[in-house]
Amino acid sequence: MNPLYGQVVNLFASALLLLAFAMLAQRRIVALINLFALQGLALVGSTATVAFATGQSHLYYSAAITLVLKVVILPYILHRLIRQLNVKWDIETLINIPTMMLVGIVLVIFAFNLALPISQFSQSIARGTLGIALACVLMSFLMMITRSKAVPQVIGFLAMENGLFFAATSATYGMPMVVELGIALDVLVGMVILGVFLFQIREQFDSLDIHHLEKLRDD
Amino acid sequence: METLLALLAIPLAGGPLLWLFGERDAAPEVNAAVSFATLVVAAVLTAQVISGGPVMGLYEQFFVDPLNVFLVTLTAFVGFTTSLFSRPYMRFEREHGRMTPARLRLYHSMYQMFMFTMLLALTTNNMGILWVAMEAATLATVLLVSVYRTAASLEAAWKYFILCGVGIAQALFGTILLYFAAERVLGAEGNALLWTHLNQVKGDLEPAIMSLAFVFLLVGYGTKVGLVPLHNWLPDAHAEGPTPISAVLSGLLLNVALYSVVRCKVLADGALDSRFAGNMMMGFGLLSVVVAAFFLSRQRDIKRMFAYSSIEHMGLMTFAFGMGGPIANFAALLHMTVHSLVKSAIFFTVGHAVQGAGTQVMEDIRGVLKLSPTVGWGLLLGTLAILGMPPFGVFASEFLMLTTAMREHPWATPFLLLALGVAFASVFGKIQPMVFGDSSHEPYRHQPALLPVFIHLAIALMLGLYIPPYLAAWYTQAAKLLG
Repeated sequence: MNPLYGQVVNLFASALLLLAFAMLAQRRIVALINLFALQGLALVGSTATVAFATGQSHLYYSAAITLVLKVVILPYILHRLIRQLNVKWDIETLINIPTMMLVGIVLVIFAFNLALPISQFSQSIARGTLGIALACVLMSFLMMITRSKAVPQVIGFLAMENGLFFAATSATYGMPMVVELGIALDVLVGMVILGVFLFQIREQFDSLDIHHLEKLRDD
Repeated sequence: METLLALLAIPLAGGPLLWLFGERDAAPEVNAAVSFATLVVAAVLTAQVISGGPVMGLYEQFFVDPLNVFLVTLTAFVGFTTSLFSRPYMRFEREHGRMTPARLRLYHSMYQMFMFTMLLALTTNNMGILWVAMEAATLATVLLVSVYRTAASLEAAWKYFILCGVGIAQALFGTILLYFAAERVLGAEGNALLWTHLNQVKGDLEPAIMSLAFVFLLVGYGTKVGLVPLHNWLPDAHAEGPTPISAVLSGLLLNVALYSVVRCKVLADGALDSRFAGNMMMGFGLLSVVVAAFFLSRQRDIKRMFAYSSIEHMGLMTFAFGMGGPIANFAALLHMTVHSLVKSAIFFTVGHAVQGAGTQVMEDIRGVLKLSPTVGWGLLLGTLAILGMPPFGVFASEFLMLTTAMREHPWATPFLLLALGVAFASVFGKIQPMVFGDSSHEPYRHQPALLPVFIHLAIALMLGLYIPPYLAAWYTQAAKLLG
């Protein structure tokens, strides 16, 4: 197999990781959505490359699903949502971006160490990328923990799905089709429900700050 | 095979049907009728599996063996009785303006979708579809938790969505790793995620991958089981949602999530020589039992308290499944059955008591027995049953678990006994003045749903005194299947 393909997949993987870092530090909601769409695009690129290099035709379908769902539909819904919720130009105050970056780097090292003993079993051309996939998942976590607004949390949630999907294509040649369709359906339905939910939160609290959602405690 | 498909098709069609049926007055009856149809089909399916052995269907994508068939019946049964309970409950809520016709429409149609996802998760043979169904179960219930649109219920639903979403994402990563391990043995095709295939080759799965996969799967599905320290969503979702939803969350969703963990454990046990998977489950289980028991005493909200009690019992089952072996597995399966029956019965009575008193704060609910003897007795008997008093079934299963623990893991018994003691003292100490005591409220005007409560308690009582031979054989078979 042409080693070039492996290099191309690695390139897309590094783009994915870079975008994960960019999302971690991005304060503007609009830019965050665009970064998310870009991440989806990198995912499509890597999946299509793996499909082309290995001749696994079903991966083309998953690349197509990703393209439609994560590059077109979800960003569209998100853009619409922030316009309707009137939070389009919201800027979050993120404390200490450099520290977050450092924590992100620690997460990447941790993920690589965790994935190292496993990726050696992979026969996939993209086996080195399992660590990157795990790192993307962990960084989306970090993003969800540190954000105090609801929409960025949702985007973190969706970015996590990106990382997981990348894990599926990099460690194996994608999950069985029926499973992938099911996951895509869940993500889509989840997004719609989250949208409904954001409106309910907004109606109740007049803001999308999730600090309002920290009242329930055990006495 | 046809029965199996009908089992899934009925609730799947029921959801849109109830949405179309909309805001008409008879919607609760239609909901109950659909649930009843599901129960009938589940009973037929059970009879088929008992007489003819495991059923497999649709290119092996679905299968029913002794382990899941009893959970299918239980799920359909509790689904039906809860739909009966929700009729008077929701009528009351509507009269008091907490539920509007539009919300009821959402409630009924999502109720059926929830039942569908539960049955799909139980009957699917595909570990990937299992994940999809578990995630879909969250999606179906999240809008029901926030259905009252109060600040607290929105917060509970948001927490539920985000925490379970994050948790279930771990399970997806675990599933990917599982597929990764399986693909090396079974080849990259659709069959590599089928549990029956995996079960045949589990000895050949790469141990290094499988141990990591199991950790992710346990953490992921464990979040839905409500294992400490991943349990934060559970008390909120139980306390703030409508009570029928609390009943099905505790009675069904937690069971199905634990079922998923157990299926994964069977594979991990086969792949690993050590007792790694079992030890992990024992650790999480024991921690849940102890932590939940101590949290019980600090609760003021009655639904929160019983939510913590659910965490405690799920911890017990996880611990027992972790110990493994025929007796502990038998006890855990029995406990699953009786816990889900008794806990949903408790939530039914709690629902009526809360509606009568107009509050969920236990100190303000007094004299339930005086206001409605049946609700009072139901609550008292249910509480005694869940706390493990003989002769109810919970006593039998807890006794089996404790004796097994004493024999095989004596170090764990003091913790278990302490937790059970603390739980007893705190729950009974709070329920007793609620049931007895004096009340200034007027007697309930609405007719409570008594049938579901007492049927559940009667079955739990029966299982404590006498397990019918076919049921015992069935549990034994399932326990053996788990190894």
